[in-house]
Amino acid sequence: MAVSQLTRTLVPTIRIRWSAWIVPALLAGGCIFLVVGSIQSSLFAQQTVSGLANGGIYASLAVALVLIYRATEVINFAQGALATFTTFVAWQLLQWGLSYWPTFVLTLAIAFALGVIVELVAIRPVERRGNVLTVVIASIGLLILLEGAVGWIWKPTVRFMPSPFPLHFWHVGGVAFSSQDIGTIGVSIASVVVLWAFFRFTKLGLAMRAAAVRPHAARLVGVRVSWLLSLGWGLAATLGAVAGLLVAPNPSVQLSPSMMDGILIYAFAAAVLGGLESSIGAVVAGLAIGVVLSLLGSYVSWVTPQLQLPAAFVLMLIVLLVKPSGLFGRTTVRKV
Amino acid sequence: MRTSLGIRAGVIGLAAVVIAVLPLALSDYNRTQGADVAVFFMAILGLNIVTGYTGQISIGHGAFMAIGGYTTAILTHEHGWNDVATLPISALVGFAAGVVVGLPALRFRGAYLALVTFAVALAVPQIAKNYSGFTGGTEGLQLPQHTGLWLYGAAWLSAAILFVLAWLMLRSRTGRALRAVRDSEVAAASSGVSPAVYKTAAFGVSAAFAAVAGSFYVLTISFVNPDVFGLTLSLYVLIGAVVGGLGSLWGVLVGAAFVQLLPIGLTSSHGLSSQSVPVIFGAIVILVMALVPRGAADLLRVGAALSSRKSQNNSLGLEGR
Amino acid sequence: MAPLLALRDVDARYGPIHALHGVTLTVDEGEIVALLGANGAGKTTTLRAISGTVRRSGTIEFAGTPLGRRGPESVARLGIAHVPEGRGTFSELTVWENLRLGAYVRRGSVRADAARVLQYFPWIESRSSQQAGTLSGGEQQMLALARAVMQRPRLLLLDEPSLGLAPLVVAEIFRIVQELVKNEGTTVLLVEQNARSSLAVSDRAYVLEVGRVAVEGSSAELAENESIRRSYLGY
Repeated sequence: MAVSQLTRTLVPTIRIRWSAWIVPALLAGGCIFLVVGSIQSSLFAQQTVSGLANGGIYASLAVALVLIYRATEVINFAQGALATFTTFVAWQLLQWGLSYWPTFVLTLAIAFALGVIVELVAIRPVERRGNVLTVVIASIGLLILLEGAVGWIWKPTVRFMPSPFPLHFWHVGGVAFSSQDIGTIGVSIASVVVLWAFFRFTKLGLAMRAAAVRPHAARLVGVRVSWLLSLGWGLAATLGAVAGLLVAPNPSVQLSPSMMDGILIYAFAAAVLGGLESSIGAVVAGLAIGVVLSLLGSYVSWVTPQLQLPAAFVLMLIVLLVKPSGLFGRTTVRKV
Repeated sequence: MRTSLGIRAGVIGLAAVVIAVLPLALSDYNRTQGADVAVFFMAILGLNIVTGYTGQISIGHGAFMAIGGYTTAILTHEHGWNDVATLPISALVGFAAGVVVGLPALRFRGAYLALVTFAVALAVPQIAKNYSGFTGGTEGLQLPQHTGLWLYGAAWLSAAILFVLAWLMLRSRTGRALRAVRDSEVAAASSGVSPAVYKTAAFGVSAAFAAVAGSFYVLTISFVNPDVFGLTLSLYVLIGAVVGGLGSLWGVLVGAAFVQLLPIGLTSSHGLSSQSVPVIFGAIVILVMALVPRGAADLLRVGAALSSRKSQNNSLGLEGR
Repeated sequence: MAPLLALRDVDARYGPIHALHGVTLTVDEGEIVALLGANGAGKTTTLRAISGTVRRSGTIEFAGTPLGRRGPESVARLGIAHVPEGRGTFSELTVWENLRLGAYVRRGSVRADAARVLQYFPWIESRSSQQAGTLSGGEQQMLALARAVMQRPRLLLLDEPSLGLAPLVVAEIFRIVQELVKNEGTTVLLVEQNARSSLAVSDRAYVLEVGRVAVEGSSAELAENESIRRSYLGY
């Protein structure tokens, strides 16, 4: 048909840029490095796995941040505090005698509801007349409020949170891996995959993706964009709740009002490093940050515990200077 | 325009008189708190220059305050300097630090820039902890004590000087250049204004202001250690800047009073348990953002517009900033 | 018989700008009505008023139901599909996902609807996993139309479908629109700057000028009236 021939000549050819291959190549190289190192040294293997476990936590929270950022361009500073609050709720349910896995499921449901309520009550009124920065400040206010609420309701003493995974060590090739680490990696990855599947295959997930990229066009096909925004906050809070439940049993973290502060920082870094619009990027970056921190701490002697954070951020800065839109971010062309 | 300027001058003059006279009615402790308001005033003023007027977000100004504070602490503690004499040095060191951060910051905007400044805010205290031989580490350094009155007077005098400097800079060509860069870098560049130069300079000046604020902060508590300049400080400075109103100097005092006095006021009020204070403060921040998104400066602008309408001036609310 | 769509004294504003001043028009079921006029006359605003994308006052009735203050999500559920200026393509999603979104308000199998749509746009099948933003302008316009057809609307609002497209492509699009009206019983309100082609394909037309209806009548009559053509339609 004449029309198809005409249109086919007008379709632009897609050129493959060399920079599109650098990131996958580097990641592949990194993976090979980790595998080789793990085979050579049992300490390396252990540190890699525990690094991946921490990274899984950062990744979960990072995906939650990306979810909200994609829809609203807002970095939700209260994401960690929401997780802390729901983890304390879980602790309370356990105290009241509920057994672990029912508590886990109930906590996720409560987290979802809390996310929706927070969006309706605290965020939407601000979004109505404000801009992105105003909403960010509101999220900082929310952070202060939630951490304060935890301290008020449960008193700021540090508490013990049991682990869902029985204390057990897996021995592979002479190296001992804790079930806590393996379980954390498994559950974090699983929850992110479930979320991915939701977005990819369900009608609601498609609607949310559409609403995030083109809210006006989405409304025209009947998508209730504002309801979906609340839904997004609910999902983000649920992911955060998973992260909180996984990290609270960790003896170096423990259940306290400021439990997620450090993790939020790394999650924020992972989200940005991954490219802010991409959940895959957030996951990859989160895992990478976890592993790099773990290995840096063990192998590079001048990186004392205090210098861990600055060292990690210097590395991140280098990555961002080379690729300012993040690992998987799209370089946007700004129209003049 | 002259009328609204006259009204603003009147409000500022009134505020200045109140600030000057207030310490006579206050206890020594309250005077120190008044000095803390001045500290936030200066820090917020600095943040406003880089975020409000030049459009570069920074959630890391606590780091520049730390640099200024440590400069003062080390010079007085280790080298016996007079504390007032350290202030210009603190400003210079702050300026240098601001330029050092501002240069890589040129590559980023929005959430990416927020992360970079965030990282700086976290990294500086950690570095201070690490090189404890130089900085006194977590044990910190002691500084000479001062009376509340001295602190109040010195801090507010410094705040007044910085305010005038900021006002002069922002209404000059430099100020217009900064605003041009904020509104459209491409347009600014094609008008001969180099965004890179102005953005970096804005960071430098802004950091210098924060450094002086940090020096006074350290003086009011007579002590410094890395935890003094935690992330919370940077967040509070940002909250203060937005509540006061970005892109305007007139709300800075409101912003500073909001973040410094409100939590303290809530804590000392009898009906509330101390644990509930952050909950109420957080809720108030959200409420303020919902009701007054453009900050206190917006209210002042509306007020000025209303009263000039009364005197039958044709004002569309488009006064020059 | 009552018209499918009736606008009575509709005003619309963009903030302080008053864009429509008492627009009154009707569209009967099964018709193609053209809305013509110069740039800024208020044609797009009229469509936006109907779909609820812009604040409006006055009465808009669709199949006897007043639209009131409904927003676009609710209007879509009543059976009105609005293909906006710029097509509203979800560029980051695939062609197939764009079509699925078209059927968002419908219950039942998407595949059955898709089969029907593919009859009008057979080329879509082979491109269904292509990213919609990489399609050419003409293809995107057709995809937008296909998306609207998935919705099985009673009323189709088309905003400048010919914008930026080659004449051959425009002719194809108008041909498909006529087929849709004939086979599916869809009613069409067509906004166009290209007066000649739209008068050729439509039954009736309204000409807007500065937010008001200046001229109305059957398309055939308007196309023949030289003075109207010269004053309002530019040819």
